[in-house]
Amino acid sequence: MASVSTPLTFDVKSIRKDFPILNRKVNEKPLVYFDNAATSQTPQQVIDVIVDYYSNYNANIHRGVHALSQEATDAYEQARIKLQKHFNIPNAYQTLFTSGTTHGINIVASGYAEILKEGDEVIVSALEHHSNIVPWQMLCEKTGAVLKVIPMTDNGTLDMDAFEQLLSDKTKLVFVNHVSNALGTVNPIEFIIEKTHAVGGAVLVDGAQAAPHIKADVQALDVDFYVVSAHKMCGPTGVGMLYGKEKWLEQLPPYQGGGEMIDQVTFEKTTYAGLPHKFEAGTPNICGGIAFGAALDYMNAIGFETIAAYEHELLEYGTEKLKAIDGLRIYGESKEKTAVISFNIEGIHPYDIGTILDKLGVAVRTGHHCAQPIMDFYKIPGTVRASFAFYNTKEEIDILVAAVERAKNMLS
Amino acid sequence: MIMSSIQEIQQEIVEEFEMFDDWMQRYEYMIELGKSLPLIDEKYKTDEYIIKGCQSKVWVHADLKDDKIEFTADSDAIITKGIIAILIRSFSGQPPQEILDADTSFIDEIGLKEHLSPTRANGLVSMIKQIKLYAIAYQAKAGN
Repeated sequence: MASVSTPLTFDVKSIRKDFPILNRKVNEKPLVYFDNAATSQTPQQVIDVIVDYYSNYNANIHRGVHALSQEATDAYEQARIKLQKHFNIPNAYQTLFTSGTTHGINIVASGYAEILKEGDEVIVSALEHHSNIVPWQMLCEKTGAVLKVIPMTDNGTLDMDAFEQLLSDKTKLVFVNHVSNALGTVNPIEFIIEKTHAVGGAVLVDGAQAAPHIKADVQALDVDFYVVSAHKMCGPTGVGMLYGKEKWLEQLPPYQGGGEMIDQVTFEKTTYAGLPHKFEAGTPNICGGIAFGAALDYMNAIGFETIAAYEHELLEYGTEKLKAIDGLRIYGESKEKTAVISFNIEGIHPYDIGTILDKLGVAVRTGHHCAQPIMDFYKIPGTVRASFAFYNTKEEIDILVAAVERAKNMLS
Repeated sequence: MIMSSIQEIQQEIVEEFEMFDDWMQRYEYMIELGKSLPLIDEKYKTDEYIIKGCQSKVWVHADLKDDKIEFTADSDAIITKGIIAILIRSFSGQPPQEILDADTSFIDEIGLKEHLSPTRANGLVSMIKQIKLYAIAYQAKAGN
């Protein structure tokens, strides 16, 4: 994938025209948006879908006989099918709408509270976002299961030898992100899935950071659960997806009670609706779901291979330029990584650099990136993280590099 | 020596910052102030005195001398430290009641408002709260 060169048809100038926000100024400087790993920007095509929904067919779904409700239901269910096809999910009913990655993880974690027994083992990776650590800690506290951690190495990759040592017939679940949010490392999930299945465990992959760059095929991966958020991939906030193998989704109890998720209700007993409604209690983010589908259409029209190849160019260019700055260290130097550069300058706090960069119109993330165990590993308070998207340019990277130089001069 | 009131000191700081033409100069000045901040005694740089922000850490300590509170503080980030220096200059050496009555709107006037935003998570908002809590505590003590 990385070796594929960018096709000539990819024209970043025309792509940028799709994103109205890229024209705005921040602190009187043109915005350079390098916080894409936190949230991506939204193209006009997706904004139009949101406006169209509220202007023309806003209605509650699955329960009305009137025309608007039918139109909204159709659009929402079509979006589900777009997601199903994109991730190569066997059936639409295994494609669950959630409020985002965190929600998806919590559905699985709370379901497993009914399945896990004392002495069972759950494995997480050292590269996880807090949202993929805390639910499992809570789960283990509740069930008496034991939480184990796959250690990381100095270049920001997971130690696979250590992982194999952790596996046993007690392993019930392994949770790992496809791509680390703090460092951009692409984790060897194929290997992790294969080895975990060999001992009879299941694997949940947090695809939040991978989904904007890598088109995951859940059947080829043979993954048990895969979760993503729309807002990292040109969609709106507050919507995401959980894929689960049918055997698990049938086995897991519902997450929330409410409307939509029931089959029959009497005061004696409620029987639950089938998939996917069992996990979709209440009125969902209808517009968000439809816009998520539109965002996938938009990205697929450009093509994920094209996107990945162009972003890899940006990554290589940015890495080379930033590395040339004296005293700058990059954290996470895996051969397989997405367009994320996490760095610090010796003797300067990341918050200070981030503050000066903001003054210069450059948006980056600073801090521990909700991945404190990684920061503890490197013994640093945090990093400055620049994360690129396909609508960024090398010229913008030049602005970042100049801004970092300027910040360094001011602060040292 | 007649001690200036908090308001007078804050006015002085505002005038100092007015001399600068742009944000770069203001920040450079603030960074210098941060560097010249009298250091907090190392024994107070412990978890007992820490205010944890998501972004930067702040340590703050207070002592009562002649019915006035003297603050010392530090941060691991230099810009945060610069703002601490400004806050300390405005509050330290003042009687508890004056500290309780004072506000921090002068920070807006010198163009550093964003650093006191609760969502910034740099520890400064909590630091101001801590300064006020020290003032309440010492005032209560003096009243006994």
